[in-house]
Amino acid sequence: MTARTINLNVNGEHKEWSVAENDLLLTELREREGLTGAKYGCGIGECGACTVLVDGQPSLSCLVLAQSVDGCDVLTIEGLARGGELDPLQIAFLDQAAVQCGFCTPGMVLMGRALLNEIPDPTEKDVREFLKGNLCRCTGYSSIVRAILTHRR
Amino acid sequence: MTSTEARKQQYRVIGTRPIRHDGLDKVTGRARYGADIHLPGLLTGKVLRSPHAHARIRGIDASKALALPGVEAVVTAADFPIHEDMEIDLVETLGNLRVLAENIMASEKVLYRGHAVAAVAATSAAIAEEALGLIEVDYEVLPPVLNGPDAMDANSPRLHENMTTHSVAKRFERGTDTGVGSNIASHLQFKLGDPEAGFAEADVIVEREYTTSTVHQGYIEPHTATALWDFDGQVTLWSSSQGAFGMRAQTAAVLGIPESRVKAIPMEIGGGFGGKLNTYLDPVAAALSRETGKPVKITMDRAEVFIATGPTSATRSRIKLGAKKDGTLTAAWSELVYEAGAFPGSPVGAGASTGFAPYKIENILVDGYDVVVNKPKVAAYRAPGSPQAAFAIESAMSELAEKLGMDPIELRLKNVIRPGDRLPTGVPLLPTGCEEMEKAMRSHPHYNAPIEGPNRGRGVAVGFWGNAGNSSSATVSVTADGGVTLVTGSVDIGGTRASLAMQAAEVLGITAEDVRPSVGDTASVGWTGQTGGSRTTFSTGLAVVAAAEKVRDEMVKRAAILLETEPEKIEFDAGTFKNGAGKSLSFQEVAAAQVRTGGSITASASSNPRQVGPAFAGHIVDVEVDPETGKVEILRYTAFQDVGTAAHPSYVEGQIQGAVAQGVGWALNEEYVWSEDGRMENASFLDYRMPTTLDLPMIETVLIEEPNPAHPFGIRGVGEVCIVPPMAAIANAVANATGRRLTHLPMSPGRILEALERPATNGTGG
Amino acid sequence: MLPQTDYVKASSVAHALDMLHQYGTGAAILAGGTDLIVDMRERRREPTMLVDISSVEELAEIDVGTGNIRIGAGVTVAGLAGSAIVQHQLPLVTEVTRHFADYLTRNRATIGGNLANASPGADLVPPLLALNASVVLATAQGERTVDLNDFLVGPRRTLLLWNELVRAIHIPTPVPRGQAYEKLGLRTGGAIAVVSCAVSMDQAGGECRRVRIGLGAVAPRAFRSSEAEQIMEGHMFSSDIAARAAEAAANSSQPISDVRGSAEYRHAMVRALVERALHAAYERSSEPQE
Repeated sequence: MTARTINLNVNGEHKEWSVAENDLLLTELREREGLTGAKYGCGIGECGACTVLVDGQPSLSCLVLAQSVDGCDVLTIEGLARGGELDPLQIAFLDQAAVQCGFCTPGMVLMGRALLNEIPDPTEKDVREFLKGNLCRCTGYSSIVRAILTHRR
Repeated sequence: MTSTEARKQQYRVIGTRPIRHDGLDKVTGRARYGADIHLPGLLTGKVLRSPHAHARIRGIDASKALALPGVEAVVTAADFPIHEDMEIDLVETLGNLRVLAENIMASEKVLYRGHAVAAVAATSAAIAEEALGLIEVDYEVLPPVLNGPDAMDANSPRLHENMTTHSVAKRFERGTDTGVGSNIASHLQFKLGDPEAGFAEADVIVEREYTTSTVHQGYIEPHTATALWDFDGQVTLWSSSQGAFGMRAQTAAVLGIPESRVKAIPMEIGGGFGGKLNTYLDPVAAALSRETGKPVKITMDRAEVFIATGPTSATRSRIKLGAKKDGTLTAAWSELVYEAGAFPGSPVGAGASTGFAPYKIENILVDGYDVVVNKPKVAAYRAPGSPQAAFAIESAMSELAEKLGMDPIELRLKNVIRPGDRLPTGVPLLPTGCEEMEKAMRSHPHYNAPIEGPNRGRGVAVGFWGNAGNSSSATVSVTADGGVTLVTGSVDIGGTRASLAMQAAEVLGITAEDVRPSVGDTASVGWTGQTGGSRTTFSTGLAVVAAAEKVRDEMVKRAAILLETEPEKIEFDAGTFKNGAGKSLSFQEVAAAQVRTGGSITASASSNPRQVGPAFAGHIVDVEVDPETGKVEILRYTAFQDVGTAAHPSYVEGQIQGAVAQGVGWALNEEYVWSEDGRMENASFLDYRMPTTLDLPMIETVLIEEPNPAHPFGIRGVGEVCIVPPMAAIANAVANATGRRLTHLPMSPGRILEALERPATNGTGG
Repeated sequence: MLPQTDYVKASSVAHALDMLHQYGTGAAILAGGTDLIVDMRERRREPTMLVDISSVEELAEIDVGTGNIRIGAGVTVAGLAGSAIVQHQLPLVTEVTRHFADYLTRNRATIGGNLANASPGADLVPPLLALNASVVLATAQGERTVDLNDFLVGPRRTLLLWNELVRAIHIPTPVPRGQAYEKLGLRTGGAIAVVSCAVSMDQAGGECRRVRIGLGAVAPRAFRSSEAEQIMEGHMFSSDIAARAAEAAANSSQPISDVRGSAEYRHAMVRALVERALHAAYERSSEPQE
């Protein structure tokens, strides 16, 4: 087992990481970069709290080996607001009171962003289908779904 | 969404929907939760847990683990002080210190699979995990007892050899020792009137047995604790909990050190619902830090959260209701058996005192049993104890309505409790809007919409919760720019920084945004009870209002100095100080002059309410049952609640919607599946099936705002009562759709299909 | 925490096979990782070498050959869902992708992984069985093609040899026009199959032809119920015959009781789902040709 250097882009910044074979993307983001927005909720891909976007695709960072993102673009919740400006979806989450404890929020916002990139004007069913892998225990999802449906583009 | 906005027009800030102050941090990922803390030299702690549901510990040998490079310490129960039985206050329940300590680290016996027996601190998670495998524990395996009714059998294996049954006539009382050795920790009995005579008077009687399974709060954030035991003996905790003061008290007690030596720093919390009132990890992390001299962080994995924290009781309830032909209830009886898990302390008392509370019944007999079994010790879960009893009683009420040929809401209204009527505990009910709420349900479009299509049905249920008061502290300080900082001791789970800041703003005539609220650590604000019991916006609110009023009064004095008049002559209105002679000063102007007019303006206050203000909720649900698979789909859900004045209606609605979601899971899918030897077989989110986005519709809410006389703005606790009705409402809807009454939770597809194979029964009204 | 291991990102099929040959039974193929990483985290598998094939482009292709459609083993479930070829020719596969876990998992989980992992409840398997798929297995020496129904041996057991890689899945064309899929999970979102079934069939004037019924989660491995197929094959479709076939399918299953359902419930559900799927497949087989 040997460390290997990988190059990647995290939230628009180039990173060079020396990672071991069994290092996971979630751990590296949290411990190496201090990007603790992605959360450990279950460690086995059943809650979505660790969601990040890898090359634009929503991914469960708890199941992604760090070495496998060599050359990739990783976007975490910390990188969504650019130049001091919130993503309209972040504003919608605030407006719609879609945040309660906030633990699932980073994953939910990134999923919502990925969905809106794919389907700019989703139906409620589209939103519910897309978010079904992201658990929230506080809101009953009503406010989260509403935030994604009402976001200002 | 809100039905009675009009009443709130007397307020400028209360009842509006400002963006919560902590929102930005939470949508940008900057909010720091327990596990997000990092400290130099931080060690990783992990806990070794019992593989047996019931066993005696003959010995523990950690020498191999200690020899592993990178392992810095191993602790077992031998590293904690020995405690006698002693009651300590855990806010929603009274805790026994010996039990708390024994649950955190088993000494002589392990009482459930997952019970902690040792913990290790190492330089990496991998090493800590490897070390756990090297700790040798010699167990003498004992036969487990795994459900309440079995445990009550005199011949069943005993968990605690010295435990005897206590006989209790009042909730929270220890009662009288019967001297009878048993797994029944206590038998509680409430009696009102003459139940036997009441049943003799009845024209119609319904009687049935109901059971519920062990369920978990299901917060997404696992428990975590970080501790540093400094060289001077000062302990600092960073933890995810429902209250820093609770963590401080429990940790100090378990470690046998003075509370004043412990400082607990609250981190953001990723959901609690009662499950994070008790500590599991903080004293362990602190003990490991004491041994190593370095900070130690322990974070549970998901399976540990399921098997080693406190779910809520599985129950068996027997219910009997008697009524006259016109629907008047003549008598009610319930026998409630609640599993406490490994140590006494189930919420059976709450179940016993809340189930019949929505009704005025002259004759009541309630028997409640708190029974220990070889499962994790239960913890609070949102209106703890009430939902299980309500499932049984509200199912029985709808069955009774069917038998009487009455509309189920009419039957409830016929017997509705009104302010001044006696609750089952004998205490008179304070002003609340149970009747108004039931009338709103009856006239709501949802209730009057036709049910279209086959296999569909509608159900209703109501519920009661007493809410908690307890003491809280707040400090309000004025900044030179005219802003206000607000520090309280209440951990914010569902938006209470906003609802508290709004109360300060209302008093001070400024905007919610002008107030910067924060959650203080145990060294920076006075003692504050935990965030639980739906108490924070209410009771911490009282402290905030009192502190803000002191600040307002001081501001008036300063304005008088600046305006060269007497304080009595100052008229304070909407943040402006007027001298009655055409001159006025703004809040900002008075704030800017604070130092030269008499020094900084700051005030602290504490609350200690004698009256609290209970809450009622009523739900209407439409379901469709797939007759081939037994799957239930929730088609429409409307939740009504007497919320008092809704401080921030969005977060009131959010509490209700979240509680309904948990209730839907409890009703249809969530349960601990136990193997015969006491192993939880579904300790993952995949198989402990909480509702996803696809399992719920948009949940409608109707807020009934009957002001709470115990709070100056009429605020009432709202977070818990909303989980009381869903299980019965859904069971009643399933009965209405299928003609079968489901008496066991969860009503999973297999159980519904089994019921569908039985002939349809009477008594299935929604 | 994952157990210690080595890692290599394979650049080609040949490279991956070479790694397998070099590292022997300690090597594991890593595609999406949605099964393997979980198994490693829970210490069910502790490979000493991970051969990451997620970047091997030749495994990610879907193309139409003569007499078959070839799907590379590295195609993700999201890739299947978005493929025009699949949407047009294999609506059954498109449908199953909608029921497959959630978007997060679909982005990484691959068709090859879903087959090679051989979970009795693997979502993609019953439809592929119903489409009479075969599996192309590659070694450094060459390739062999085996029927999917033979490839699956038992729970988490396949014919795959230590030095072999699932290269592609072949689906013979033309595929039967009547295709239907039914999956029962205990909740609606993100649920594992309690029972799943897929049916494909053709018909000629109401007579059922080429009926294939794949079942998942109700036996040690996903399988085709030849008993049920034989009841339908060559007979005029009727509700009665569909009910009898469904009963035969239920009787050919060997469900177990576990946390997701009792054996009795599963047995009853095979009957219910197969019946639904037979009706749906028959109706679709009657739709006019485009």
